[in-house]
Amino acid sequence: MRVPARVEAVVRRPPWPGTVPRPPVRRDLGVDYDTAWSRRPPARFVRALLLDNVTRPLTYLATRPKVLGSEHLAALRAPVIFAANHTSHLDTAIVLSALPARFRHRAVVAAAADYFFDRAWKARLWPLLLGTIPMERTKVNRRSADLAAELLGEGWSLVIFPEGGRSPDGWGQEFRGGAAYLAKRCGVPVVPIHLKGVRPLLPKGRGTLRPGTVEVRFGSPLSPLAPTPGGREEDARRFAARIEAAVAALADEAESDWWSARRRAARGTTPAFRGPQAAAWRRAWALAESARRDRPRQPRGSAKPW
Amino acid sequence: MSPRPGFVLEVDRSTPPVLFWHGEGFRLERLPVGSRVIYPPEPVAPLRDPAAAIREALEHPLGDSPPLSALLHPGMRLTIAFDDVSLPLPPMRAPDVRQLVIEAVLDQAAAAGVDDVVLIAALALHRRMTDDELRHALGSRIFDAFAPNGLLLQHDAEDPANLVHLGTTEAGEDVEINRRAAESDLLVYVNINLVAMDGGHKSVATGLASYRSLRHHHNVRTMQHSRSFMDLHRSELHHSNWRMGRLIKQAGVRVFQIETTLNTDTFPAQFGFLQRREWEWRFVDRAGFSATKAALDRTPPALARQIFQAIRAPHALASVQAGEVEAVHERTLANVHAQQLVPVSGQTDVVTMGLPYICPYNVNSIMNPILVACLGLGYFFNLYRNRPVVREGGVAILSHPTPWAFHPVHHPSYIDFFEQVLAETTDPLEIESKFEESYARDEWYIHLYRTSYAYHGVHPFYMWYWCAHALEHLGQVIVVGGDRRAVRRLGFKPASTLADALEMAEDVVGRDPSITHLHLPPLFLADVT
Repeated sequence: MRVPARVEAVVRRPPWPGTVPRPPVRRDLGVDYDTAWSRRPPARFVRALLLDNVTRPLTYLATRPKVLGSEHLAALRAPVIFAANHTSHLDTAIVLSALPARFRHRAVVAAAADYFFDRAWKARLWPLLLGTIPMERTKVNRRSADLAAELLGEGWSLVIFPEGGRSPDGWGQEFRGGAAYLAKRCGVPVVPIHLKGVRPLLPKGRGTLRPGTVEVRFGSPLSPLAPTPGGREEDARRFAARIEAAVAALADEAESDWWSARRRAARGTTPAFRGPQAAAWRRAWALAESARRDRPRQPRGSAKPW
Repeated sequence: MSPRPGFVLEVDRSTPPVLFWHGEGFRLERLPVGSRVIYPPEPVAPLRDPAAAIREALEHPLGDSPPLSALLHPGMRLTIAFDDVSLPLPPMRAPDVRQLVIEAVLDQAAAAGVDDVVLIAALALHRRMTDDELRHALGSRIFDAFAPNGLLLQHDAEDPANLVHLGTTEAGEDVEINRRAAESDLLVYVNINLVAMDGGHKSVATGLASYRSLRHHHNVRTMQHSRSFMDLHRSELHHSNWRMGRLIKQAGVRVFQIETTLNTDTFPAQFGFLQRREWEWRFVDRAGFSATKAALDRTPPALARQIFQAIRAPHALASVQAGEVEAVHERTLANVHAQQLVPVSGQTDVVTMGLPYICPYNVNSIMNPILVACLGLGYFFNLYRNRPVVREGGVAILSHPTPWAFHPVHHPSYIDFFEQVLAETTDPLEIESKFEESYARDEWYIHLYRTSYAYHGVHPFYMWYWCAHALEHLGQVIVVGGDRRAVRRLGFKPASTLADALEMAEDVVGRDPSITHLHLPPLFLADVT
């Protein structure tokens, strides 16, 4: 149901002009907010209760997720970094819902400090519901990185969206180096995840949810310590590119089939994850074309008589 | 935390719609990407102890003036003149700053044993103030002590018996002012400096003058050479007043000037959204705006006018200085500039402005079409230093309903000016030469000015002259959402929406014009480089 514009104008905060610098976030909010309380037993118990009995059923009801590739998780032991593409606010709930309980109940989610921790009520709500920790997304922040590394060291898994924010147009964005850096620093494997079909349900800029169907595709874990062809150690930037390529291959798999996608990946011809480098309308056009291919076709002969 | 200065916003895709005043209402308009919006500075902190600050100013005057207490002695004639109902805007919450200052002066006069004290509202050619307005400006204590005894007067610029001709300036300007003020041993003038135009020698030389005197600077030539009249050093209006002020001083009139500045805290809390930048609107602001707009959309215009005219501004005293006129005014101007100047880089092709429900000449009255033009092209256009915000040949887009409505008691000559003069021509020079004299000398208008609550017969001419610089400078004036007939009568173009107005402006200034919106009130002064 669409919220009336008049109500939305009151309820929704106005956008902030890009030409005006934002005021500094209060010292006890944003990236400085201390979420330690949300990882203590009482909060973990409440979160587990809510995740399993409220968030997960509601997410399943609204998105009917089809989970593929979860066999890749069977042999894994925490801590793990789960790196997914990001097109919607639903992504976090979907990923957490799709994770096995042993990861789900001991996972933290890297969330934008300037968005999820800018107000006191948000800084309390999201860590309790989803186990979020504040992450600086515009620059490398030692405090964010140290906290995430410390939690990985304690055995917590990390759900992270390396694009740094939701896609504005549905195509992927460049993966930033945070996930790769943490994986290398802590020696933790990264599981690439591709989420398909989430954006139409709740895209950036829309406030109302439209139920639908999504696909969650887990890829093979990527080791940050794997030797490179030249025998040299892979740096974080290259590892980030490898994570992005893995998610792109999963996206290709979602559009075609596993074998075709594997062959294209081997040949280096995986379709561009970030879409065509063209005008905005052509990018939108290409995305719409891809969505059109996905729509179930009418079987021949069942055409309506009129 | 110190108040944030004004600034120029560059509109981008994520800039929320910008608030435009629209008479007794508002519009939220989305400006094209790349447009600029000039936002006023936040109000400066008020003085913590206004009474102490006033006492301090009276005892430590500026310039070559002795302290007020040293100028007061038994047996003297003391006259206290004060700014009329046109200041401040909107009228401020009680206690009005005039009350605070005049009470302090009277305290000292009483202590010095001064018996002969008269208070005069410096009306110039404005309408007389009602008893309620006087009581609000001066407070009940002063009003009840002076008004019943005939010691609270209103300047009458058409009473030959109570005017005195002090001489002629080197530029040939007659200086004729209120006799009581001129013949007093001390004239204390209590001013409110809301904008840079107010105060200085203009207080006495205009506020207490006659038509014979005023016509030397309230004319088309002076206004076209005042660029702007908010800039003392480039204003022919002020040069003329300064010549007159100095002549008044040479004639032996001792003036003790008390000037005050108010902060720009213009609207009460329930209208907080009017003073907050749109992207910083909190829930209460958004709810307040939506509720106010929804209510106003359903309110008859006359009732909406009453509601808005009942607003009392939470203005607070920001500074007070007293002493010799020019020294005082220099300090006052510095204080006004400190809180109102906004640096603006470069001119614009199109300037947009939302005009509110009030200007200096329709307090407790109706904003008629002539006053709409005066507020937009006279006041807002002239809120600049160095260069106008809009380039020569550019377009001004005003947003106001511009109703074909006049207050029959306050503005009788405006009605005839609109029906008779503007129907024939809108050229200020032609209007001045052909019509001014007959309106200024009209016995009926003079009678209404002196005995009723009417602006002087010549006043609508002055409002039109106020626009003369803008009319000469601009290529076109467009009014959004105005009464079409009234707008056309003013010689402007009507437009239904801002988008239409911008399209029309392109016919004058070319494709993809630069656009600048003046986000006021609260007031600012654009320092255009």
